[in-house]
Order: sequence, then structure tokens, then C-alpha cells
Amino acid sequence: MYEFDYHRASSVADALSALGKAEDGTVISGGQTLLPTMKQRLASPSDLIDIGSLDELSGISADGNGVTIGAATTHATVAGSGDVNKAIPALAALAGGIGDPHVRNLGTIGGSIANNDPAADYPAACLALGATITTNNRSISADDFFTGLFDTALENDEIVTGVTFPRADKAAYMKFANPASRYALVGVFVAKTGEGVRVAVTGAGEDGVFRVEEMESALAGDFSSAAIAGISVSSDGLNNDIHASPDYRAHLIGVMARRAVDAANG
Amino acid sequence: MSESGIGAPVRRTEDQRFVTGNGRYTDDINVAHQTYASFVLSPHAHAKIKSIDTKAAAAAPGVVAVFTGQDVADAGIGGLICGWTIHNKDGSPMQAGGHPALALDRVRYVGDHVAMVIAETLAQARAAAELVAVDYDILDSVVVTGKAKDKDAPQIHDEAPGNSVYDWAIGDKDAVDAAFKAADHVTSLDLVNNRLVPNPMEPRAAIGDFDPGTGGYTLHTTSQNPHVARLIMSAFLGLAPEHKLRVIAPDVGGGFGSKIFVYAEETLCVWAAGKIARPIKWTSSRADAFLNDAHGRDHETMAELALDKDGKMLAMRVKTVANLGAYLSTFSSAVPTYLYATLLSGQYNLPSIYCEVDAVYTNTAPVDAYRGAGRPEACYVVERLVETAARELNLDPIELRRRNFIAEFPHETPVIMTYDTGDFGASLDKALELGDYADFGKRKAASESGGKLRGIGFSTYIEACGIAPSAAVGSLGAGVGLWESAEVRVNPTGNVEVLTGSHSHGQGHETTFAQFTAARLGIPMDQVSVVHGDTDKVQFGMGTYGSRSGAVGMSAISKAVDKVIAKATKVAAHLLEASEGDIEFENGSFSVKGTDKSLAFGEVSLAAYVAHNMPEGVEPGLKEGAFYDPANFTFPAGCHICEVEIDPETGTTEIASWVAVDDFGTIINPMIVEGQVHGGIAQGVGQALTEGAVYDADTGQLLTGSFMDYCMPRADDLPSFTLGFTETVCPSNPIGVKGCGEAGAIAAPAAVINAVTDALNIKDIAMPASPATVWQAIQSSTKQAAE
Repeated sequence: MYEFDYHRASSVADALSALGKAEDGTVISGGQTLLPTMKQRLASPSDLIDIGSLDELSGISADGNGVTIGAATTHATVAGSGDVNKAIPALAALAGGIGDPHVRNLGTIGGSIANNDPAADYPAACLALGATITTNNRSISADDFFTGLFDTALENDEIVTGVTFPRADKAAYMKFANPASRYALVGVFVAKTGEGVRVAVTGAGEDGVFRVEEMESALAGDFSSAAIAGISVSSDGLNNDIHASPDYRAHLIGVMARRAVDAANG
Repeated sequence: MSESGIGAPVRRTEDQRFVTGNGRYTDDINVAHQTYASFVLSPHAHAKIKSIDTKAAAAAPGVVAVFTGQDVADAGIGGLICGWTIHNKDGSPMQAGGHPALALDRVRYVGDHVAMVIAETLAQARAAAELVAVDYDILDSVVVTGKAKDKDAPQIHDEAPGNSVYDWAIGDKDAVDAAFKAADHVTSLDLVNNRLVPNPMEPRAAIGDFDPGTGGYTLHTTSQNPHVARLIMSAFLGLAPEHKLRVIAPDVGGGFGSKIFVYAEETLCVWAAGKIARPIKWTSSRADAFLNDAHGRDHETMAELALDKDGKMLAMRVKTVANLGAYLSTFSSAVPTYLYATLLSGQYNLPSIYCEVDAVYTNTAPVDAYRGAGRPEACYVVERLVETAARELNLDPIELRRRNFIAEFPHETPVIMTYDTGDFGASLDKALELGDYADFGKRKAASESGGKLRGIGFSTYIEACGIAPSAAVGSLGAGVGLWESAEVRVNPTGNVEVLTGSHSHGQGHETTFAQFTAARLGIPMDQVSVVHGDTDKVQFGMGTYGSRSGAVGMSAISKAVDKVIAKATKVAAHLLEASEGDIEFENGSFSVKGTDKSLAFGEVSLAAYVAHNMPEGVEPGLKEGAFYDPANFTFPAGCHICEVEIDPETGTTEIASWVAVDDFGTIINPMIVEGQVHGGIAQGVGQALTEGAVYDADTGQLLTGSFMDYCMPRADDLPSFTLGFTETVCPSNPIGVKGCGEAGAIAAPAAVINAVTDALNIKDIAMPASPATVWQAIQSSTKQAAE
């Protein structure tokens, strides 16, 4: 790890100010991706601006339409939240399956989606549920937020403050874990909300999370695994690495989608 | 049997300090005025070093010194050695290239050591290491075992044309060829034994220290054999004479073979400590451990088994290419030869075997002994061949094995081993019973009804532990003897220190050796402590590897205990005014036969030290040493049965059950033995299903350089094991033990792959049989069936 200056922000405004002053500053929340990267000397920010303990960014609120989760809320908090378990149990289950207990008790939802790791779980939930990401100066729909590999619509002076998920009629997430890292080799989040049916895939795509519209149309008419049994996903644009070929990932998208639909129908 | 007697499942006494954070590992130790070392490692698989500019690094904050290969060469420090000379088929010695501790003009794998930077703090050392400017001329590289000898492969060492380290053979080629001609059936398999990264929990570490007052050096290091490390550093590298070099291997957190070897880092910490007259500490990162700890396995093999129409085995023919990496590690050359091909007879009456081994250099990390060392590779060849032959002959794999089991002992194999004892049918029978083999069909049907494929695989393995005797290994090219030493020091108050030349790094010697000694002396176990791992305390020892500590190390202790009892008997007889022949020693008490006159062990030891009343000609004190050189290897054997359930949709393999019945001879502590079996199976399952080191074929970069990409087996990858034991007492050592540390890792890979191929009804599948690999195999066999 290289040397850096550490700032504990007193507010989002304070964090933005520190970020503006830093030569090459980075916001840190739970640090579960950033710190290992820094330890490996692959990242060397001049300044770390810590927003992990800001009260204004933490906590979960619910109403009849859905749940809003503060950006600095840990995965463990989401997994254990009565509100989330009631409104969107699939989201709580997803949070409870991220990483290991250490990661879940430090890592946060804001950090996860701002990083947009192509194998992270939360982006699939955001996209499938049609979540809205709130920042210090605007709201961004999930469709517009995730723009590519480790890339988002966030500007340099923009900090995620929360995520609002609409309530789902039915939803489930199925993850096929990379045997080594246990990140998603393929993760499929299927959701039926007031807006329709969405199928979002993480772990598989070269550009990060994406939707499978052919499955969405089929499920809109018949929300059953049988309805998508005949759909094969193209391997074009899917990741190829030592763990899985594009063909295998394409195949797993089908398997995980069917299993997710079955689970959603519970 | 008492609560702590031989055969009692005594809890490991060392675990209290380990699990409460009170272990004292090398990195826990700090020496006054110590500096920190960081190494500049090659980012290229193969390159010429055009120049190294250390000016900026030397001028960086806190930097004490920067050394390059030229500095080491100028100091006359020798290169790292390989201690076992293998001979080619034509009788000439192997072609070994040099291995300078710091590269001189060429780097040969990603991670090769280029420069050493020493600074006041670790952060300063690392920061300065990045300032060392190395100008490389990148060369073509070769990392794939089977391509090392290709005509267009780059030449890695001038001394080894065609990248050939040796071409070696064992067995009677003509007899084998004739048997194959006459055979009714030949089973052939092309097998790859995947490369593994050892990954002990504690990374390697070293602290070199120099005392200008005495001219003596001290090295704290993560070693499985501190005396051997000292011998090599003294006699071959010329760092310091043995009596001026103290090597201490304190608590060591696992080794699995990777800490047998003498590496560049500890060598340089010793040498440079003398140069700067300050202590130097180095601790490996996990990333460096992936790059630089000696890897294991990495064979490509063509294997054939000839049988007659009744399934009687006639001959075996094996051709193996073994990848030894970019340099020959300390014992690397012996692994794919004398620790591998000599086990190819398995548990079977095989009239003739011929095995050729071509060892090659590649642009990869050095490969050396890793848990099992050669025997897992041999067992994999034998047990995959046997299971495949049974399938091809439509014979029950159990029946084929039974028809060919060796039943009479001693048995001389065609590959120079003499099996002393065993009962292969007994362990097989017990495993079948424990595993409820009779009902396998029902379990398979139940799996199928749940959409899963179930398979069963057997591995009736044999292995060889306690490599010996010294004269024999010497005649085969070993640079050292493989005996062990022990000293039993009885204190005046009757408690005992057992000094052993073997080394515990997870095996539980502090418990087992104390348990054994206490039982022999009839004193409480807590009256015995075990001392190891310090060349200033223990006179000499060969260390721990190859499951030798029980059979060889404890046998030395047994001999020393015999001598202690013999001397104490003399003293007791004198004190009890009886003749020596009338003294009985039992339960810690010397008594005169047929009388009520007796003395406790502690009373006799006190008398020996007070020495007011000693028998004539007997020296005071009670301390005895012994060296034990075994008469033969020991031969643990047994039967492992693995059942797998495969999800054909995802290719995920779950181990549904595991039965292991092992014959380890006499067992001192069954709890420790079971733990060793569990760990061994876990590592074998890791090889079969999850682990595999992968280098990029074009760039030579290690693609599996962290746990993100290298998949260690985890608890939830494993079932609860069903273990059983059979016992044929080992006749070649005084205790009757055979060794248990590696059996699981040796037996397991074949059992798993036999089960996976059974479930999928295919001939072979590559290890690790990851979900992706299994899924691909299902696609290929479905496609084949359709065509």
C-alpha cells in the first residue's frame, strides 16, 4: 500500500469538498474492494475520503411502494432488515450471499454499485427491480446508471447517497459462484414488479450487468420456468476466462434464470 | 490403555497456544535494530537482463543497501542446489543449470529474483524496490510441460540442451514390450497431473542476523528441516561454517513440502546480514508465495496396462514428462523418479513395469515435493488405469483388483521396492462394508430421480514413507542420508525433554512424541516436552517430510528411550541391591522381581544426577541419544471410496460420501492420525476438483496468482469422512508404525476422478474437474453420442 491522506467526512458536503481539493482522491465506504486493491499496490489514491460512518447515508426506510437503502448501509444490515425481508425478500437474500461475513459487515450497497464490478451481485438487483440510484445532486435510473465494466454514470464529483427499490410481486436471485472467488460466475435476478418482468444478469457480460429481453417477454406472458426453457442466450459479448467459457456462461444464464423463476414462484 | 497411553486419542497439547494466538512464528519474532528486505521480482517469464540501475533505489528514504546478482557472485556465494543427482538412461548425470540466488544475466520465470532492497521499514523497502530500474530484453518463453522439448521452444539453460534435465528409465523394457505383444487387452490413458500451489497458511519468512562479536550467524526461518538448511547453506552456498550458523525454525504454520527447500530469500537474508551487520527480516506476501513457493506435480503421462483375458495384469508401460520449472529446487529431481516410478506397481502383482521419465525445464516456478511427492502421481496412474481396465473388460472394479492383489510378503516389485507387509483385501473389505457398497445401485437410482448423476470411484493405494535406508538412497543419487536422530534428556526431578531432528509444522509431534515417550517411561505425559527446530539445541536431524517422523523420527526416540531405561535399570539395580537381571521396569517403577522393593523413575533419575551412589563404571546423569537408520521404506496402504453426485445442468460435483480405510501399522494417537487423513483427503480433493496453477501460454504470466483465481478446497466442498483402520504392524521399525501424513492426498485424486468418470460414463476428464470442465465433458459426450 502506498501512502495516502485519510479524511473522515463529517457530511456528504464535507466529503465533496475534500474530494474537490484532493489531487487524486477516492471516496471509501466499506473498502472491501478498494483496500485489497490498494494493498496490492494496484490503486494509489492520494486521499481517501471516508463516508462509511455518515448517519445521513445509513439506514433503511420502507413505504408501500418499496424500500430506500442508504448508500453506507452494509450488506449484513440489508440482509437482516425486517423492512427489506418483507418488501423484497430476494434482495435481502442477495445481500446475505455477498462475499463472507467480514465483507458483509463492512461492505456497503453504495460502494458496491459505484464500483460496478462485473461480477458483483447488487447491480443485478438494481437493474431487475428497476431501482433508482440517488446521488448528492440527482436521481439516476438503474438502466442509465450501469454504463460498462467498472463504469457508471457517476460524475467525478458525485457520490451515491441511496438506492430506492420498488416492491416486487415476485423476485429471486440465483448465483452460480466462481469456485475460487465466489463472486458470481453467473448471477440472474428475476423480478416481477408493477412495471413488468425483468431479467438481469451479472458476472457473465463483458460490459457488466445486462438484461435478457427475450426472457422478459416470455415471462411477461407466462411467469414460469417452462416459458423460458426453450430460450438460449447468445454467448456473444460474454466473458471468457480460465473459469468459464462464453458458452458455459450462456448456458448457465438459462439454468440460473429458470431456477430463479422457480424460486420466485416458491 | 491409559488415557494417554499408546493408542489413546489424546488432544493435541500444542493446539492451545495455536488457537489462542500464542504461537511464535518467524514473523512474530523481531530482533533489535532489524531492517526489512523486499525483493525485485522478474515481471517476465524469460528475458535477458541488459542492465540494472539501483541508484534511485539506493538513494530512496530509509534504504540501507541494494544488492544485485553481481554483488552475490562477487562475494563468492554459490547458487542454490539440487541435492539429488539423477542419471540419464546412458548413465550420464542430469543436465542441471545454475540457480543464482539473484539472477545474473537472465530471468527464467515470472517471480525470478532480480535484486534485494533493504530498508529501515518494510514500506520503505517496498517503495525503493519499485525504483530499481531493470532493462530487460524479453525472450520467448515456454510454460507447457509437453512443449518444453519442442524444436522451436526457447532454450532456458545452456547446460540443458532441448530443455532436458534428464531422460531416466526404470524397469525391464524388453519384458514389458513382450508382455504387451502377448496381451489380450491393453488399456491406455493419457493423463495430466495438474500443477498445484502448496499454500501453507503461514507464508515463508526469514530473519538473518549476524553477530560481529562472535562472527556467528542466526537464521530464523520457516523450515521443515533446519539442519538440512544449515548444511546446504554451509557446505554448498558457503554462507558460514556450520558451527557459526544457527538455524531456528520455530512454530511453522504448515509446509506440505514447500518449506523443505532452501530458497533465495533466506539465503540472501543470512548473507546480507553479514554485509550490513544488521538483522534483516523478510516475510513473503501471499502473492509472492503463489509465484515463488515451489509448486507440486505437473506431469503429462501416457500410461498403458496389459492384461490377459481373465483380467490378470501382465505389464505396465508408462512415459511421463515432468515439469521441473525454471530451476531445479532442492529435491526436485528425485520426485518424478524414485518417489514416483517406484510406486507404479500399486497393490498389484505386476510381473513387469517399464517407466520412462523425461524431466524438463520450463519458464515456470520450480516444482518440487508437495504432500505425497511423486506417490500421488503414481497412484493416479495406477488407479485410473485399473478402474478404466475394469470398465473396458466389463469387470467389477473390485473384482479386477482382487484378482491382482499382492497377497504374500515380502514382495519384490519390478520397480525396486520390497513391500514388507500388508493386507490389501482386508482394507478393501472393510471399506466396502463401511461404504455400504452393496446398496450403491439404490443410491444411484435415488440420485437419478432427483436429476443428478451419481458415480463411485475406488482407489486402493499404496505409498512409501520414511524414505530409506541411507545407503540405498545414496546409491540412487541422494546427497544426504535419511536417518533420524533423537536425544532423551531426563532431568534430575524425573521429567523429560525429548529432542528430535524431525520438525513439527502441523503434525502434532509435541503430542505424539510426548505420548509415546511417557507411555514407554511410565510417567505422565505432561512430564515430557518435545524440543525441535533449533540447530543449537538438537545436534542434527533430517527434518520432516515424506511421512517420516513417526517411522524414522519416533524410532530414533524409541532407541534413545531404550538406552535410558537400560542405564536407569543399572542404577536401580545398584540402589536396590539386586542384580540387573532381576529388575523389572513397568508403569514408571523399577522393582525387584518377586519382592516389594521398588524405586520410581524419578527417584532413579535423581540418584543418577546426585551420583552419590552409582554402580561402578557408570557415569552420572541420565541422558541418551540415538541415530536410527531404517532398514526399508514403510508401506501404508488402504482403500478409499468416493461417491459423487453431479448436477448435469451446471456441472457441479458434490462429494456425496467418502470412506477411507487405511493401514498405517501401529497408531499412537488416532485423533491426530484421523486429522492427517482428513487434511490429506481435502488436499487430494482439491487437486481433483478445484486446484490448478495456470500459466498463460503466450506470456508466461501466472493466471492463478491469488485465491480469487486459485481455488483451494473449503469445508463446504467436503463431506464428513467415514474413516476406518486395519493394521499390519510394520516389521522394519521398533514401533511398527508406517506413516499417515500423505496417504489421503495420495489416494484421493484417483478416487474422485474414477467416481466422476463413472457418473458421466466417460473415459477421462482433466483435473481439476471444475463445474466448467464437467459441463464441457457432458456436452462433448452428448455430442459424441448424437453422432
